[in-house]
Amino acid sequence: MKYFQKGTHKKSKTKMEDVKLMKGNEALAEAAIRAGADAYFGYPITPQSEVIEYLMQERPEDRTGMIVLQAESEIAAINMVYGAAGAGKKAMTSSSSPGISLKQEGISYLAGSELPCLIVNVVRAGPGLGTIQPGQSDYFQATKGGGHGDYRLIVLAPSTVQEMADFVDLSFELAFKYRNPAMILSDGAIGQMMEKVYLPEQKKRLTNEEIIEKYGSWATTGKTKNRERNIITSLALKPEVMEKHNIHLQEKYKRITENEVRYEELQCEDADYILVAYGSSARICQKTVQLGREKGIKIGIIRPITLWPYPSGIIAAYADKVKGFLSVEMNAGQMVEDVRLAVNGKTPVEHFGKMGGIIPTPAEVLEALEEKLILNK
Amino acid sequence: MSTTIITPEDIIKKGKIVFKKTENMTDNTLSYCPGCGHGVAHRLVMEVVEEMGITEKTIGVAPVGCSVLAYDFMNVDMTQAAHGRAPAVATGIKRVFPEKYVFTYQGDGDLAAIGTAETIHACNRGENIVIIFINNGIYGMTGGQMAPTTLDGMKSSTSPYGRAVETMGYPLKITEMVAALPGVSYATRQAVHQAKYVRKAKKAIQKAFENQRDEKGTSIVEIVSNCNSGWKMSPEKANEWLDENMLTYFPLGDIKK
Repeated sequence: MKYFQKGTHKKSKTKMEDVKLMKGNEALAEAAIRAGADAYFGYPITPQSEVIEYLMQERPEDRTGMIVLQAESEIAAINMVYGAAGAGKKAMTSSSSPGISLKQEGISYLAGSELPCLIVNVVRAGPGLGTIQPGQSDYFQATKGGGHGDYRLIVLAPSTVQEMADFVDLSFELAFKYRNPAMILSDGAIGQMMEKVYLPEQKKRLTNEEIIEKYGSWATTGKTKNRERNIITSLALKPEVMEKHNIHLQEKYKRITENEVRYEELQCEDADYILVAYGSSARICQKTVQLGREKGIKIGIIRPITLWPYPSGIIAAYADKVKGFLSVEMNAGQMVEDVRLAVNGKTPVEHFGKMGGIIPTPAEVLEALEEKLILNK
Repeated sequence: MSTTIITPEDIIKKGKIVFKKTENMTDNTLSYCPGCGHGVAHRLVMEVVEEMGITEKTIGVAPVGCSVLAYDFMNVDMTQAAHGRAPAVATGIKRVFPEKYVFTYQGDGDLAAIGTAETIHACNRGENIVIIFINNGIYGMTGGQMAPTTLDGMKSSTSPYGRAVETMGYPLKITEMVAALPGVSYATRQAVHQAKYVRKAKKAIQKAFENQRDEKGTSIVEIVSNCNSGWKMSPEKANEWLDENMLTYFPLGDIKK
């Protein structure tokens, strides 16, 4: 278990021209170029179309050689990622909820074939075509599998425009470290809002030789005489082979769970109540803590940064100390299940959420805390 | 009587080899039914790759269907793709490796039904790839269901009374469709069930890979093939049926060159 080191950038060393006021989607796109990404494949959907628009405008092919292609569908885009990732390259796509549903088949194949890549979901509230307003209703889909089969994505949840930028490189690093797809689970508010951002330094794109040296020779780079052919596949018709592959995946997921949990905790030391919230909800909750403390209610926040692996340890550690947890989410109650699993019945766990693209106010969160955990106790 | 053991060296005299298996095919036993055209088609693609000296630069994309395990037999780097998505996967590979040779190997269900959008749009972008399209008018792997290319009146397990075009649609000539797109430089229909067709098919495959070398855009080589298991015929009868029925509706030759 480790605390999240705020910002991977070095603020003191950031040049003035690299400090910008940007939309979350734009910051993410710029960070992708600077992370040395090799390819972006996407399809327009609100509220994240600025990602591909920014990339097309910037001509990263001229800046770094990064390829940008608008696909005919989200399905094609994720499969282009599959091809490029299978070739050992840093490939990514972005979309929003309905588009991410379309990508699930491809994501399952990526996980099964153990291909490192980045998938960005700027969530809008659902189900169905839903709304174009922000939501957190894709938590289950992102953290529990989403597509078919037993698999996990490494899921990072930014709550600022800065983190939209910082998590791109972090996602690629984690994805390649474990040969596993990573997802940035953002939402329409973080994607659309403008904030000051310290842009990371430009990383060089790796050459094929550097990729092989750094990550090994598993990709489809063309079979040379000194090695057997490389095959990218998720297929094993023999159940004993497939079982072995599944066991291998689960062992990898265990390693990720042990090593890659990230979270932030705020004013939990003396807290009687802890709000658990990520992304936009975590921003709302910061104000709730202030409002609560002004009234004499000691509130703290645990903000999961990795939604998978989930920071169960820190929640469990506080379960013996506090009077209750309130999981605050822009959905009908999804992450609350993970909070309950971590707390394991030791103290009450309640959920407060707004649905359909409505963002809760700090006062509403405080009211819910008082009603569900203080008055009703 | 004494027994003489004859070794391969006794038979093969150096300098007199007239045919040998390309090293681009593995020694794995083919999983295809006896009489199936896939084995020949695999060999032709791999021979062309060897003869052009591009083995180290070639990446293949296997589909879902009977040839899902093509990577067990083709001795080059290969990626397996989700059903129908091979042209998108190939696009991803080719865009990051423009200097390499990328081909897809797909059946009719994969290419002309579930993957229609990926096929048309890869062709429309003029992706500089080779598409090998095996058309046997049926879903072989899943047990003989109706395909987009199943002929009018042809029986399958999901058209047991014969394909009724009024309700089930018409057999799709997708190679003619994509030939109309400016991104496609070469579209041809070949066969491999007789020696005379095999030679022509190989030339067509070679031309397709040469087009990729010369950056001419998408090349699609359709191979009208058989499926004796799915058609419920003997291999011999299936080839006759192919001649009499498949080739009438799907005539051989270049559609665009």
